[in-house]
Amino acid sequence: MIEHLPALMVALPLFGAFIAPLFKKHYKGVSIWAIFITGISVVLSLLLMKEVVTNGIIMYVFGADKPTLVLPSGYAVPIRIMFEVDAMGAFMAISATLMSFVGAIYSYSHVKKDTGLEKYYALLMLLEAGILGMVLTGDLFNLFVFLEIAGIAGSALVGFRNYRGEASEAGIKYLMVSSVASLMVLFAVGIFYGQYGNLNLAYIAKNVSFNMVDMIALGLLFASFAMKCGAVPMHYWVPDAYTEVPAGINPPLLVATYASLYALFRVSFTLFANVVIDLARVGWIMSILGVLTMFIGVTMALIQKDVKRLMSYHAISQTGYMLLGVGVGLTVLHDPSKLAEFGRDAMAGGVFHIINHIIYKSLLLMTAGALFYVTGTRNLNEMGGLARKMPITTISFMVGAAAISGLPPFNGFASKFLIYETSYRLNPLLTVFAMVTSVLTLASFVKVFASAFLGPPLEKFENKREVPKPMIVAMLILAALCILFGLFPNVVLDKLVYPAVDALINFAQYHSWGGLA
Amino acid sequence: MNGSLFVNFPFIVVALLLALGFYTIGFKRNLIKVIIGVEILEGAVNMFIVALGYVKGGYAPIYTQAPQEAVGKMVLPTPQALTLTSIVIGVAVTALMLAFAVNIYRHYGTLDVTRVRRLRG
Amino acid sequence: MTTTIIKTTTRLLAPLILVFGSYIILHGHLTPGGGFQGGAVFASGLILLIVANVRDKVQKLFEKTPLTQLESLGALGFLGIGLLGLMSYTFLKNAIANSGFLFGGTTPQGINPGYLNTGGTLSYLNIFVGTKVLAGLTSIVLIFFLILRRERDEW
Repeated sequence: MIEHLPALMVALPLFGAFIAPLFKKHYKGVSIWAIFITGISVVLSLLLMKEVVTNGIIMYVFGADKPTLVLPSGYAVPIRIMFEVDAMGAFMAISATLMSFVGAIYSYSHVKKDTGLEKYYALLMLLEAGILGMVLTGDLFNLFVFLEIAGIAGSALVGFRNYRGEASEAGIKYLMVSSVASLMVLFAVGIFYGQYGNLNLAYIAKNVSFNMVDMIALGLLFASFAMKCGAVPMHYWVPDAYTEVPAGINPPLLVATYASLYALFRVSFTLFANVVIDLARVGWIMSILGVLTMFIGVTMALIQKDVKRLMSYHAISQTGYMLLGVGVGLTVLHDPSKLAEFGRDAMAGGVFHIINHIIYKSLLLMTAGALFYVTGTRNLNEMGGLARKMPITTISFMVGAAAISGLPPFNGFASKFLIYETSYRLNPLLTVFAMVTSVLTLASFVKVFASAFLGPPLEKFENKREVPKPMIVAMLILAALCILFGLFPNVVLDKLVYPAVDALINFAQYHSWGGLA
Repeated sequence: MNGSLFVNFPFIVVALLLALGFYTIGFKRNLIKVIIGVEILEGAVNMFIVALGYVKGGYAPIYTQAPQEAVGKMVLPTPQALTLTSIVIGVAVTALMLAFAVNIYRHYGTLDVTRVRRLRG
Repeated sequence: MTTTIIKTTTRLLAPLILVFGSYIILHGHLTPGGGFQGGAVFASGLILLIVANVRDKVQKLFEKTPLTQLESLGALGFLGIGLLGLMSYTFLKNAIANSGFLFGGTTPQGINPGYLNTGGTLSYLNIFVGTKVLAGLTSIVLIFFLILRRERDEW
């Protein structure tokens, strides 16, 4: 059964999503069902990672006689849809399943008072299925389909609170961005299909000649995925979407954003890896985009009063670190000495930052959701003195804020330090911007901490108490992960991050379907 | 009027439709018109893929009561399958966007995108 | 919207459209079309019935129709047929073709007049997709119809 793991990874959340509407008004039942299904998928994704690390790339060919039959006899080109799972894909799959699980636990009490929960959980699992499909697939068109599934499910969840007009506004913004981006991806897919007559990522990557038309396709893919992962200048949808979505959906939505980042890496590292000359240029564009993103994001965050909106701008700014780290790696991909010297570590920093950021930003957005749950407002000026009322939320917030500001010994420090160290080797100016951003991040979180949690207890919050247990459990899981990843970064780096980075660097392995052809 | 223009005619239409779609999304103020712009864009991309898949002298890959000369000249229907999938997705996207538009009209009392702006800053 | 002309035309056309939709679904593995197309045609027949009637009647008619359940059924059926391939093959392998089950007749080679009892899992997939699509599209239009008609009545 273990060889069917890639297909089951997508089939399981889909199964959960289609069962969910049958629960109708049994909201308790459907939330437990969602926790159950997402919990199993966490186990599956860990199994998948173990398989990939021990046996290398896993191929799964749909509809074939056996899963590894990439080229049926008599064919020189692959004709079936296939999943190609390398360590990078498995790494993203772990993030996706883990965050959906945490989100489902958190949602158990956070959206208890809303109606239509069977659809909420169905969409949550559909979003998970979309992300998993995106990160596991080895087929360009399949990537588009799962991108759209994740986009539709995500935007429906953003607009879930349909009694608020703002939610619909944010939802249509997100849907507009994601559908235009996906259509441009489809256009690029059409360009590739017209030239190479195939849709398989590895096959196209082997044959790509980088003529004029391919350049257009690269531009389209790069722009659309950068748009969907919230890089400047197409970042405007991020704060709206993250603010309006129920806090339990924030973790999977973050992963959905970074699944687009994954697709961006996949395009630049795998699809165009053979194009030696121009790749350094793409890497520079990515790094500069990263620096711009982090700086603009953090300056916008400084002036916010809405606590969730402030954190969403930080999410934009943190995306910049990932782009910077991986971009630095991309500039030296074809220079073995520099790659060994700092390129590999830079990419490790960027990839490690993905999971770190997903963890601590989900934690922070969840604490913001908890504040909203208790006080009924998101305006920082109306809060105050909540530290005594909500001790666990306060501790979680402190852990998250310390992690995002890059203070040791939390996980943000580990990955940011790798990025500083390596981007300095490429150009010191990049590092200066990254460090300034980090300081500004700390400043803005000190402000949140002071105005929401410190100060004299307000009279109107006299009768407020700590949030219900499921929310506390979800926050504590993530806070514990923050501390664990910060205390033992080497374990995570060796077990998860470096395999993923090596999978990106050894593109030849991916191009040959893991040595099968 | 040579042959190449005729062959490239679908692609010219695709380019025009793309421009029209982006114009509609970018410059129209009515939300419904913006949604129509996304639809036009989708039509352009679909048409691009279908036009790519056209093979002169090819036959549809259907063996049911096919003419005798079609054997060996049938095309691979991948572009058509891609287009169909994208149309299916497009239906879902449009439905969701229209649902959002209905909801926005209820809460804001307008469909003017310059006035649907409570989220800012 | 509900004049006599529309009502009479609908009464005549809707059954034909529904039959045509079912035909496209069932013959999906032989002729152009398939689950989505047939489901869309079938749904357009139902939609014709919706828009040609007054709101109360439509609501009464569709209150009892299990559209959500049908949609879930279609999706789960698709998934189940896909998982059928896991028995010694891979996901979505056509495990029923040439097996002698319903729709499992011997697949003819070359040009043929079209035998309905072939196609294996394809026919099942078409039926499940058709179920899902007709339920989904109908409920989309139904919801919009109910919302908009109610608001027009209110104003």
